[in-house]
Amino acid sequence: MHELSIVSSIVDSVTESLARYPGARVIGVRLRVGALAAVIEDSLQFCYGIATDGTPLAGSTLVVKTLPVVVHCSRCNVDGAIESVQSFRCPHCGELAMDVRQGREMEIEAIEIEEAEVDA
Amino acid sequence: MTTRIVELRRGILKKNDELAAGLRDRFTAANVLVLNLVSSPGTGKTAFLERTLRELLAQGSLAAALVGDLETDNDARRLAASGAPVRQINTHGICHLEAEMVGKHLDGWELAALDYLFIENVGNLVCPSSYDLGEKIRVALLSVTEGEDKPLKYPTLFNSADAAVITKMDIAEAVGFDREAALRNINEIRPGMRIFETSAKTGAGLAEWLGYLQEQRANQAGS
Repeated sequence: MHELSIVSSIVDSVTESLARYPGARVIGVRLRVGALAAVIEDSLQFCYGIATDGTPLAGSTLVVKTLPVVVHCSRCNVDGAIESVQSFRCPHCGELAMDVRQGREMEIEAIEIEEAEVDA
Repeated sequence: MTTRIVELRRGILKKNDELAAGLRDRFTAANVLVLNLVSSPGTGKTAFLERTLRELLAQGSLAAALVGDLETDNDARRLAASGAPVRQINTHGICHLEAEMVGKHLDGWELAALDYLFIENVGNLVCPSSYDLGEKIRVALLSVTEGEDKPLKYPTLFNSADAAVITKMDIAEAVGFDREAALRNINEIRPGMRIFETSAKTGAGLAEWLGYLQEQRANQAGS
């Protein structure tokens, strides 16, 4: 249960980025999270409301895009998404594959903000 | 009011990752091999580490340990009995160690005087996997009483590990441990990972483990 720490990091990071947009309000935050990142979306959503309260992110929506785990097969020399995280095998030939190319991501892809009109 | 999308493309744990990268540079410069030990509560991390520290000191190596725990300093006191420098990190409820906690607890230690530094994480198989501590080697430990399918239940942690240690092998037979299944499951999650079958009580598997430590330290020095 480290989702609250993760959400707190998101709040800090987004708040920092907002410094360049004075007066802006955050409407949405989009994440890219790999299937191997050990993050549960329900827990993230649950913590998000609590952690954003009283911050410039209050009331914004959190959109989580989950990325499948992709391994590189040295035998086929191609990348492929594995069917289950219980088995790290090439989806084409079934060979064990230790080279993980995608699936550990945990990043803020973008934020949607509403900017105050600047008086001319 | 105008709305717009601002691309950030920024790691959520960027701050931790940056601190960890800084620690890794320090560890490499000091030529100290750093290992992050992760397992469930009760796997026997502390007993395994106690034995490892004693063996390393006996062979003339200098090893130290940082030990993470929610509240007590029981583990640090146990480990300190080996004669190695040990510091306790109390997380007060946080379920994992973070790079910042490690950094803070290094003050006053001369890293260059050490050969090995072990970081015993909080007993937890989920959260520690996301937090880089600047270690060179992440070790996942699993005891013979926990069930051979543990790697399948916690693939994130086992997949991010560099080595696996099976503990309490001395009671494997009594608890009906299916060795083949455990090895197969680890290999399914992290193909080719080094696996050590050990007992802190009898010392089984320790020679192989110590050999691995030595080899990894030599690799680090040469890289």
